[in-house]
Amino acid sequence: MYIYGGASAADHEKDTEKHTVFMKRIEAGEKIEADDWMPDEYRNALIKLISMHGISEIMGALPEKEWVPKAPSLKRKLGIMAKVQDEMGHGQLLLRVAEDLIKPYGKNRENIMQDLLNGKLKFHNVFHMPTKTWADAGIVGWLVDGAAIISQTNMLDASYGPYQRALQRICQEEVFHAQHGESIIMALAEGSNKQRDMLQEALDRWWSSLLMFFGPASATTTGSSKQEITTKYRIRKSSNEELRQAFLDKYLPRIFSLGLTVPDETIHYDEANKRWEYKQPDWNEFKKIISNNGPCSKQRLRLRDIAYENNRWVRQALAPQAVVS
Amino acid sequence: MKRIDTAKEAKQNPSYFEALVELLFQLADDDFIISFRGSEWLGLAPHIEEDVALSSITQNTMGHASLYYHLLEDLDIGNADKLAHERQAVERRNASYFERKNGEGSYLQEPYYDWALTVVRQFLFETMKKVKLETIINSSYQPLADIANKVLMEQPYHLAHWRMWLKQLLGSTEEAQNKVQFQLEAAWPACADIIGLGPKAFELEKHHLIAGEDYLRKQWLKELEQSLSLPSSLFVDNHPARGRYGEHTADLDQALSTLSEVYNSDQKAVW
Ligand SMILES: [Fe+2]
Ligand SMILES: [Fe+2]
Repeated sequence: MYIYGGASAADHEKDTEKHTVFMKRIEAGEKIEADDWMPDEYRNALIKLISMHGISEIMGALPEKEWVPKAPSLKRKLGIMAKVQDEMGHGQLLLRVAEDLIKPYGKNRENIMQDLLNGKLKFHNVFHMPTKTWADAGIVGWLVDGAAIISQTNMLDASYGPYQRALQRICQEEVFHAQHGESIIMALAEGSNKQRDMLQEALDRWWSSLLMFFGPASATTTGSSKQEITTKYRIRKSSNEELRQAFLDKYLPRIFSLGLTVPDETIHYDEANKRWEYKQPDWNEFKKIISNNGPCSKQRLRLRDIAYENNRWVRQALAPQAVVS
Repeated sequence: MKRIDTAKEAKQNPSYFEALVELLFQLADDDFIISFRGSEWLGLAPHIEEDVALSSITQNTMGHASLYYHLLEDLDIGNADKLAHERQAVERRNASYFERKNGEGSYLQEPYYDWALTVVRQFLFETMKKVKLETIINSSYQPLADIANKVLMEQPYHLAHWRMWLKQLLGSTEEAQNKVQFQLEAAWPACADIIGLGPKAFELEKHHLIAGEDYLRKQWLKELEQSLSLPSSLFVDNHPARGRYGEHTADLDQALSTLSEVYNSDQKAVW
């Protein structure tokens, strides 16, 4: 990543002043634009957040795309193609936002892609599970996108204008994704016993990933958390746990009403505290997974690696005066 | 020329009906297999912008295939999904060149796909599609003419996209030029099959469903010449597999088993 030190000592005082003005602006709800002055801490947090988000959209298309050529009807083929295309589009949109932020550091798209391939740039590894059946495509659309909507909605008012506007558009499209996933799920839930079993197994498979996606409740779990910085700079609003609760609020009743279960016998709504009590996912496993060690992270990175190497001649052919490395 | 407005009317003349069905299968199967090969590229294209563009084209193309399969359904040939997923290789009428694998490996593992093949194939496909559709808008079968008009609204963007790729690659590094040239040489023998109309070519022209093969060849040459230097005799029909006659390669078997894997796991189920 491109985490660089900021100003020299002489500039320091001037920067403190700028910093105060900057904080006043975001606290007043103003949006920061790409060319505005911003503290390095803010820029670096955005770079990290947005490039991870962008790359997660692109990497996230990989588990799902395993089922695109196999989709079981013309209608499903069209639906899942449109959906995965949107995800790639989200990735493209976000990488452009990230590119503007790294420009002052003399970096570009190529650097982001290389950081992905050499493991420096992380993505949402918790979703890099094996997809065993068509039902996984349904669960991804319905619940993984459902979780993504909740976490993205949390940043819809982010202080950084270009990101905030990208999120507006993304969230609009995500609504269709959830509908697409729900429609696959409904067909399976109302289908044969085999189809129902397929659906339940897929849900069991994804459950702990869905809980983990929102991150640990506090920094003590993994030793670091971006929550504080992103909250301080008004990039996000709610905490990890609040988001997870919102997800459970929204989806558990629907899951149960379809006659499905989740792999947690203890899960229940605590009326007194107004929150879901649930079995914690294995946060040690989580620590392992987030450093590109999801069950299929390596395998999916390998796909991108091959594509990158294999298409090198194309990039060279497109380069203005040839010769990209 | 007598205009036929409905499926019911089309079924009254067996010769007309059979020719129409033949043509619809060619159109549907071409779009269907091209779209399938495109979908295997997802996430593996040379850059992200291209991934988005390619998947948009691929999706439109599947939409076109679906329109033709539904015309066949209207003619009581069978349910559109059944026609798309259940038919065996020998029943397929796509040009066999279009079914070629994208390269070594599979889309799930070690996909060493060839972008030069894809650019050449998509370009030949889109130019062929344009030439055929431009005569089909005057087809005696009105439901088909209507669809041709609709498809022709989107199709110029697809063709422009591949024309640009071809031009860019041919105008750049030696390596790129060589790769494209290699793929062009490999494609020439397939051209007769690609532009061809199969065993009912005579009836298709007689019933004014589409223009005759000679005219199509002439128009296609005009299209191709704008972007390529062509060999002196392009239409030597020595291609080993004539897809329009139901002759196909093992690559089609691979495609069919992948694209109908879930469908075939329970053909009676609603998915
Ligand atoms: Fe997305
Ligand atoms: Fe999505």
